[in-house]
Amino acid sequence: MSAIQEVVTEAPAVEAVPKRAMTLGYGTSLALLLVLILVPLFVKNFIIFQLTMLLIYAVAVLALNILTGGSGQFSLGQSAFYAVGAYTSAILMEHADINYALTLPIAGIVCFVFGFLFGQPALRLSGVYLALATFALATAMPQLLKLGVFEKWTGGVQGLVVTKPDAPFGLPMSQDMWLYYFTLAVSVAIYVSSVNLLRSRSGRAFMAIRDNEIAASAMGIDVALYKTLAFGVSAGITGVAGGLGAIAVQFVAPDGYTITLAISLFLGMVVGGVGWLPGSIVGSAFIIFVPNIAEGISKGLSGAVFGVLLFLVIFLVPHGARQVAVVAQQLLGKFKKS
Amino acid sequence: MELFINQVLAGIATGAIYACMALAVVMIYQAIDHLNFAQGEMAMFSTFISWQLMQWGIPYWGAFVLTLALSFAGGVLIERLLFKPLAKAPILTNVAGFIALYAIINSVAGLIWDFTIKQYPTPFGSSPFLGSQLISTHQAGMIGVTILLLILLYLFFQFTRVGLAMRAAASVPESARLVGINTSWMIALGWGMAAAIGSIAGMMIAPVVFLEPNMMLGVLIYGFAAAVLGGLTSPFGAVIGGFLVGIFENLVGTYIPGVGNELKLPIALALIITVLVVKPAGLFGRPIVKRV
Amino acid sequence: MTAMLNIRDLNAYYGQVQALHGLEFALNEGSVTTLLGANGAGKTTTLRAICNMVRTTGAIEFDGAPLSGRSTENIVRLGIAHVPQGRGTFTTMTVEENLQLGAITRSDKAGIVSDIERMYDHFPVLKQRYTQQAGTLSGGEQQMLAVARALMLRPRLMLLDEPSFGLAPLIVRDLFKILGKINREDKVTILVVEQNAQLALELADKAYVIETGRIVMSGNAAEIANNEDVRKSYLGY
Repeated sequence: MSAIQEVVTEAPAVEAVPKRAMTLGYGTSLALLLVLILVPLFVKNFIIFQLTMLLIYAVAVLALNILTGGSGQFSLGQSAFYAVGAYTSAILMEHADINYALTLPIAGIVCFVFGFLFGQPALRLSGVYLALATFALATAMPQLLKLGVFEKWTGGVQGLVVTKPDAPFGLPMSQDMWLYYFTLAVSVAIYVSSVNLLRSRSGRAFMAIRDNEIAASAMGIDVALYKTLAFGVSAGITGVAGGLGAIAVQFVAPDGYTITLAISLFLGMVVGGVGWLPGSIVGSAFIIFVPNIAEGISKGLSGAVFGVLLFLVIFLVPHGARQVAVVAQQLLGKFKKS
Repeated sequence: MELFINQVLAGIATGAIYACMALAVVMIYQAIDHLNFAQGEMAMFSTFISWQLMQWGIPYWGAFVLTLALSFAGGVLIERLLFKPLAKAPILTNVAGFIALYAIINSVAGLIWDFTIKQYPTPFGSSPFLGSQLISTHQAGMIGVTILLLILLYLFFQFTRVGLAMRAAASVPESARLVGINTSWMIALGWGMAAAIGSIAGMMIAPVVFLEPNMMLGVLIYGFAAAVLGGLTSPFGAVIGGFLVGIFENLVGTYIPGVGNELKLPIALALIITVLVVKPAGLFGRPIVKRV
Repeated sequence: MTAMLNIRDLNAYYGQVQALHGLEFALNEGSVTTLLGANGAGKTTTLRAICNMVRTTGAIEFDGAPLSGRSTENIVRLGIAHVPQGRGTFTTMTVEENLQLGAITRSDKAGIVSDIERMYDHFPVLKQRYTQQAGTLSGGEQQMLAVARALMLRPRLMLLDEPSFGLAPLIVRDLFKILGKINREDKVTILVVEQNAQLALELADKAYVIETGRIVMSGNAAEIANNEDVRKSYLGY
């Protein structure tokens, strides 16, 4: 074995999305918001439930986007934070009788701390090593949730049933519809805050670290602080999504938060476009609906069909939905000029 | 004390599985600079092919060699068709590709051969090795094959022109092109070799864990962990890493109370990560100096 | 005599940025040509364009045949050796392995072995260190190794990108002497790109000056060396 140090001039593992391009224009955003507000008025309750899950997973993918697309740290462990958020909400609602809305910020804070703490040892890891570490976290979580020590609170293997809230003030809408609008409000708030975060000084610090950690450190950025902060923020947001998920699905159980969820969220980020926050909803749509489509095409080969569809997407748009948006923008620009 | 030694020996025996898999992992890492999540599935599929050949009457070693050749070709084909188009795409997109490949192979294998467990033969027999209760002849054979593979790989990389070219292409791709090496084909070759090595790992492992489409998942994770522990740039490290992981896993299961089968994996991974925090390039990896 | 290398209307792009604008020049077989320019003028880009390492439009012809559409490794196999900026040494391999890699496209084993010996004659220091990891060599030694590696190809044309970079003046002088020897004895056509104009102009027959992606001056090396502007900008007096 040679003792030679391999000198690596690293290209960033995560490509830089220019700050300007990180969001949709105001017009498009408002149009999308309008659609999201109006759609539930015209569809059945079950579709509304699916839309709620769409928003929830979009928030989780957004969190991953901040961590990977923003600060350049890989994570295959988001399912762990999602689970902690879900269980926090469930436990507070069922054992401590706390109002569902209040459980969300608590879940967020708990997960923020959890993520921040996890970020500490993760500082010395990057790339594949960090992927492995977060993978370990994700595989451990379901087992930890099943541990006998915690059974009193977690309900063990069976998990906990969560009561779905009614619309407040006697508003004339179904539980599903109320929950949808509640989730929409929370999601928009998180989206706007995230965009502002990435545009702020902290956001610039994240991106400097993503693009070139050593240079960032030389510029005086406290790399350790910002990296753990990114983990914390990402975990916190994922925790809120988890809490919402628990309420929407009406129960929590250990096997609902396996590594498959973490991998799905990762795929959602890639399909949506890494580092492109609006893409989170596209990614979320992919991971919710495409598996169902695959199963519809062939029950026995659903995994293979899913894989083929995924390949098609990444062949056509290797940079995810962001690529489609950029092309659309260019076409629109040409159209305006003519 | 005797329990400890026994568990260590048993760990070495099971560790041979991880060592073999880790070799395939390092092989592909050398070629493409990242880990391929679908490698376990490719190894599993190869093992099924060898099983099928034996079902059709081909004797063990004939099936073994034929499977090796088919796996090599398959690896090259997969790289040329599915991953060469992604060569200019971001790394994360490639990772999504690995995941897609995993889903496809796992699903197809399940359809062709279904999910019931099958027996898989070993050419080494399964009697106690040298009378020991802990290592069977098969496990000893597995260790032997892994070491033989390691030696062959060493000879290939150090003493053949193709091996030299592959090393160069992985080390400084631009310079490799400037001496006339077709780095794109070197990657395809790397995939082929990794697939072949993976198929050997699968055929060695199947007698122990039994043949079914999900047999490689745990093994692959441990294989990754072993490769990382040993140092991703070092085939020798990968093998040592494999044995160490086997030992860790066994000791954790024996000495830490309340740890069932499910928690062994994350704990083993946690131990490995602890090593990495101290020695980020792995035990035998070249320390990597990062320059701006 | 048709030129060995003919470049016409060459434009080169890094993404959307255009680095070379309508470059035109030619190299005659057996000549030594130098391309001078400041940092960022486009010297390295020109060499990379010849080896198709950067996106280009325009015509590059080698021995009358167009190079466009060929991959870098195929261009190299035509007999064009490129010693890149920073030397591109295979740092984790031994000196001898680096030399063997230079000849990896050749199949004449005996020829390769004798060529390695010739390299050791040109550069005795490499012989001393032949089993050493290339990364442990000094800058000057690595530069010699890079040149030797390029020569192992038995190239007809050798491109050198700032070979003097980071080297002590005496070492550079030695290196350029050897380059002259190689040009005369082994009949290797040389295109050397340099910021260090003095030595390059002493070695070369022809010279071009490039500024912001355009050739602004061309002529005999001696003429260029005596040119008032060149002396002020590149020779310091």
